Amino acid sequence: MKFVVIVGATSAMAQHAARQWAARGDRLLLLGRHADVLQALAQDCQLRGAAAVDTLVHDLDDVAHWQQVLPAHLTDAPPVDVVLLAYGVLPVSDEVNHNWQALQASLHTNMVSPLGHLAWWADRLQAQGRGTLAAIGSVAGDRGRASNYAYGAAKSGLATYMQGLRQRLHRHSVTVLTIKPGWVDTPMTAGISKNALFAAPERVGGDIVRAIDNGRDQIYTPWFWAVIMRLVRAIPERVFRRLSL
Amino acid sequence: MMPMSGWGRVNPHPAHVYTPRHGNELAAWVQNAPPTIARGLGRSYGDSAVAEHVLAMQDLDWLQHWNPATGELACAAGMSLDAVLAFVVPQGWFLPVTPGSRFVTLGGAVASDVHGKNHHVHGTFGQHVRGLTLRLGNGERLSVSATEHPDLLAATCGGMGLTGVIEAVQLQLVPLKSSTMHVTYHQLPNLTALLASFTEHAQATYSVAWLDAWQGGAGLGRGVLMLGEHATQGPLQWRAPRAWTVPVDMPHGLLGGPVLRAFNAWTYARGKNRHLQQDLIPYFYPLDALAQWNRLYGRRGFYQYQFVVPHAAAATLLTQVLRAIQEARVPPLLAVLKAFGAQNHHLLSFPMPGYTLAVDFPATEAAATLMDTLDHWVHDAGGRVYLAKDTRLSQRHFRQGYPQWEAFEAVRAKYHAAGRFASYQSKRLGLA
Repeated sequence: MKFVVIVGATSAMAQHAARQWAARGDRLLLLGRHADVLQALAQDCQLRGAAAVDTLVHDLDDVAHWQQVLPAHLTDAPPVDVVLLAYGVLPVSDEVNHNWQALQASLHTNMVSPLGHLAWWADRLQAQGRGTLAAIGSVAGDRGRASNYAYGAAKSGLATYMQGLRQRLHRHSVTVLTIKPGWVDTPMTAGISKNALFAAPERVGGDIVRAIDNGRDQIYTPWFWAVIMRLVRAIPERVFRRLSL
Repeated sequence: MMPMSGWGRVNPHPAHVYTPRHGNELAAWVQNAPPTIARGLGRSYGDSAVAEHVLAMQDLDWLQHWNPATGELACAAGMSLDAVLAFVVPQGWFLPVTPGSRFVTLGGAVASDVHGKNHHVHGTFGQHVRGLTLRLGNGERLSVSATEHPDLLAATCGGMGLTGVIEAVQLQLVPLKSSTMHVTYHQLPNLTALLASFTEHAQATYSVAWLDAWQGGAGLGRGVLMLGEHATQGPLQWRAPRAWTVPVDMPHGLLGGPVLRAFNAWTYARGKNRHLQQDLIPYFYPLDALAQWNRLYGRRGFYQYQFVVPHAAAATLLTQVLRAIQEARVPPLLAVLKAFGAQNHHLLSFPMPGYTLAVDFPATEAAATLMDTLDHWVHDAGGRVYLAKDTRLSQRHFRQGYPQWEAFEAVRAKYHAAGRFASYQSKRLGLA
C-alpha cells in the first residue's frame, strides 16, 4: 500500500490517477479548492477500494496556509510515497497578454504557487529519504508560441525548477517526475474545438500512474507528443517566428 | 462558441458549452441560463444533444454507491457505461441492458431509454433504473423513482433530456458468471426466413441480425442472425483493447458502391451457420474497436435511420423499404434488424412490439429524400422513428409515432421543464 498525496486532486487527469491508486488499495490524501468535487471523488475512491481517503479544502494558491496546516495532518500518517501536483489554469490569451493583473494571477497559479508546494514537499521527501515528487507541466512549456506563451512560460519555469530538484534529490533517493501532457479533453479545454490529437483524461491518468511506478524522470502523454515536440524544438527560431502554431 | 453536432456530424451548429464541476454549479447555471440541453459523450446521432447552450456532463462521473452483494449501483450521470463495466465486470456483475456502444453516459442511456440485443427479454435500460436524481428547471433537486414522482420517471426515461438534468442514476445490475459469450450464427437466405428465425429463437437471451441491404431479387433481406448467451464458466475479466482511431475525415464517397457491396457480401459469406466463443467486448461493442468511426463518412457526415413497425405490417413494409433503399441507390454500410418485445410505460420510449431496422446513409440529398418517403410509410404502418438517431423527423410524424407526447408535455409543464430545456430536435418537434 502506498500513501499518495494529490495537490489539486479535482483536475480531470488527477481524478483518473486517483481512481487507479484507489483500486490498488492505496491510501489517499486529496487537496483541492472545490469541496463538493473532492467529496464526490473521495466517495468514488472509497468504493474502488482505497485503504483510506482524506480531503483538505483550501485555495491551492495560498501556499502559506498549506504549509501551516499540513504538518498536523501528516504527523500520524505513514511516510509519503507519492506527491502529485496537478492544478493549473489555461488563461485566456487576450487577457494575460495585455492585462498585468491577469498575467500575474495566471503566473501565480501555474508557476509561483506550484514551486512553493514543490519546495515544501521536496524538503519532506528528502528527510524521508524516499518517495516520488511529480507535477503536471505541459508541452506548451517546451517552446513559446504566440497562442499561449504566458501559460507556456509558467510551465517552462516549473519544468526547469523540477530539473534542479531532480539533481538535488537524486542522492536522497527521491524521484522527480515532470509530466508533459499534450491536449487533453478536460474542463480546462472545454471551449476549444477538439481534433484527433486530443486525449481522454483517463489515458493521461493511466500514463501518470505508470510513469510513477516505473520511476521515470519525464514523460510526454500521450506518447506521440514526444515525437511532435522533438520536431517542434528542432525548428530554427528564424523559421519558427514566421509560423502560426 | 464551438461547432457542435451529433455523432452523425450532419449540420454542426455553434454552441456555448458549459462544463459544471458539480451539482451545485449545475443548479446555479440551470436557474439563470437560457434554454439548455445536457450532453454526455455525444453518441446520439442527430441533434437531440445539440443546442445553442449545452451542458457538458461527462466530467460528473463518480461512483456514489455500490453494493457488491446485491448489484445495486449509483453513479453520477456523466459516468460512461465503459467505466461502469470496467468496475463491475471483474466483480461478477453486468449491465441489464446495453446499447451497441459502451461510450455513452448513464444519463444519456436513460434519456434515450436505450435498448440492446436482449430487448425481447429484458426491455429497455430505463426499466432497470431504480431511481434518478434530477435537477429541475427551477434549480431544485428531486429524487425520482417508482414511488417518488413516478410520472416524472416515466417522462424522463426516453425523455431526451427535456424534463431536467439527470444528475445521478441508480441501477440494478445483473449477475455475471463469465466474461465469455457463446455466439451462434444462422445464415438466412431472404427476409421471410430471417423474420421466421427471430420467432423461432425468441428464447435466446440476445438476438440481432445483420442484414445485407445490397442484395436484391430472391435474396432480398438476406442476413445473419446472431444469437448470444453468457457462458456459465470461464474467466471474469475486463480487458478493453486499445481502439484503432480513424485519424482524420475520410474523403466523401470512400464508402461508395463497390466497397460496400463487397463488404456486405463478405459479411454474409462469413456468417454461415456456426458456433463460436467471444469475449464480451467484441460481442457487444464491435464498432467501439474503431474510435471516431464516424469520420469514415467524411466531413459531410451521415444519417442513421432507425424505425420500428408492428409485427403485422413488418414483412410487407421491410420489403418495401429495402427495395426503396436500393432504388434510391443509397444502400447503407450497415443494416441491423431486431425483434422487439413488449412496450414499457415510458412516455417517449422507442421500442414497441415488432421489428426494428437501423441503417446508415451518407448525408446526401438522395438519402434525405428517401428518409422523407420512409417516414410516411413507417408512420402509416403504425410505426415510429428512434429519436436518439433522428436529425430530421417532422412534428407531424413525431406526434403520430409518439401519441403520448401531450402527457409528456404536461409532465414537463408540471416540473418546470417547459421553456428551460431544449435542443434543436425538441424545437423541430414542436415541444415547449
